[in-house]
Amino acid sequence: MSQLTVNGVRVDDTFAEAFGMRATALTITAHNGAWARQAAFTMTGFATSVIGCGCEAGIDRALDPDETPDGRPGIRVLIFAVSTSELQKQLQNRVSQCVLTSPGSACYAALEAEDKLKLGNALRFFGDGWQLSKRLGDKHFWRVPVMDGEFVCDALTGLSKTAVGGGNIIVMGATPETTLAATELAVRAIAAMPDVIMPFPGGIARSGSKVGSKYKGVMASTNDAYCPTLRGSGKSALDSDIASVLEIVIDGLTSPAVAAAMRAGVHAILELGPERGALRIGAGNYGGKLGPHHYHLRDLLP
Amino acid sequence: MNALIFTLRDAPPQRLDLAPLTPDRLLGLSESKIAAIELQTTRERLCTGDIFKIRMGDPMQIRFDGGSERFDRAGAGMSKGEVTIDGDVGIQAGRMMQGGKLTISGNAGPWAASCMKGGTLAISGHAGDRIGGPLPGETVGMRGGVVTVCGDAGMRAGDRMRRGMLIIEGKAGAYPGSRMIAGTLIMQGRAGPLPGYLMSRGTIVMVNGSDALSPTFSDSGVYEFVANALIASYVQTYSPKVAMMLRRPWRRLLGDMAVIGKGEIFYPPAAN
Repeated sequence: MSQLTVNGVRVDDTFAEAFGMRATALTITAHNGAWARQAAFTMTGFATSVIGCGCEAGIDRALDPDETPDGRPGIRVLIFAVSTSELQKQLQNRVSQCVLTSPGSACYAALEAEDKLKLGNALRFFGDGWQLSKRLGDKHFWRVPVMDGEFVCDALTGLSKTAVGGGNIIVMGATPETTLAATELAVRAIAAMPDVIMPFPGGIARSGSKVGSKYKGVMASTNDAYCPTLRGSGKSALDSDIASVLEIVIDGLTSPAVAAAMRAGVHAILELGPERGALRIGAGNYGGKLGPHHYHLRDLLP
Repeated sequence: MNALIFTLRDAPPQRLDLAPLTPDRLLGLSESKIAAIELQTTRERLCTGDIFKIRMGDPMQIRFDGGSERFDRAGAGMSKGEVTIDGDVGIQAGRMMQGGKLTISGNAGPWAASCMKGGTLAISGHAGDRIGGPLPGETVGMRGGVVTVCGDAGMRAGDRMRRGMLIIEGKAGAYPGSRMIAGTLIMQGRAGPLPGYLMSRGTIVMVNGSDALSPTFSDSGVYEFVANALIASYVQTYSPKVAMMLRRPWRRLLGDMAVIGKGEIFYPPAAN
């Protein structure tokens, strides 16, 4: 594979291949930022990959009280799924089990779109007839009595059909420590970008996967070409100086948001340089035939 | 483009029906056609040109220079644009209004905003009885939009209200929110006796309490409601001083238990 070198870091001349997804955004508020974050963490837990979790979800950013509908501290979360029906199911289950249950929480639509998903309209039945509808202008809320007061929720939330899932950066380094340092830096840079999430633990995946397996019925399996311990097996994509590989996966509400996030991550890694960080960066794709969105690393360089 | 201005020549000799003088109905009409529109409510024919001096302008912005207690049905049925009346109006101002903005700088008579569906109505003075309410025979009153009264309102404000927001910055007469089906009624001044009489659902906020509460409302305690913060941010543009009052703990009274009892009155925590 041809490569460029920027600030001593080798950059593969390749691209990340991403897919169209359905997505929505929510604002979760609570009495204080800690409880808003707790509800958001719980709701976006076990949502790393659509392969096994049904959806991919994560925290976009923290919101100040003056940015939320009820004037309390909040967290904006994004949820992505492969179909509208799966997204509706995941949204309903996760908000009802993780946000409705969290002390002092309220949940609002955080995405304006023509298409809608049911939010409070699905959860209101928990009120067993005691739920209250409140329309304020073009907004419609449900108030559901709960044991610490009321759970307030938007009736509907926006549905984006132009969201993108699967933007990625593959970070390769000489040691696990330097590779992790570079990847963590990139995660922090991407976390500051709007409208994107990194659904894996702490934003980082160490078990990048390829499509298919030698075993029947297994959809995805280890990305053996990027496993350093398999270097020498004949299929490796790794150079002799690479001993650790990590991946950042990025989902975004729009394609430009994913591109901007990848750029921020790439810049952070390149700026750190090879001594304390990564020796090489690459990106995952399937030959360009499966996903409509291609993010070429050479277009994202400083 | 300047506003289309109707300047009152003299006090009207009879009650007038101003419903034809809305942006919806004047759009595309010439001055002579507007002047020929009949406004009488008796057998004596009276045309717009007899009552008003007309200065042509954008029919989406209509202004009445001078008002009268005899100006009935001002802005009735309007769905867009702005109508401003510099003075008083009679009965049924903004009745069945669907959109746009109606501004009255003086007082309004009974049944202002009657059965209103949308838009905004702002009354700088006082409002008469049954603001937002239905006429006899109708089953549902106000069902959308926002009404602000800077002064006082008469009795039965928000009668049979189903949806929308009715804000009274002054005092309200007896039975405010009577037979409410849903919607939100906020009164900053003290309300007359028996608020929420036979209300089934909906929200009544009484910043300064009322003269007498119905025994068919039950106390459910003092709480700070997240929903009130949402109401506050919504009413901020219409009545900043009312919005400021909402973000605090309220005593919640449930009722009217004489009917289904799913309505609520937010009452000052300390008051009885």
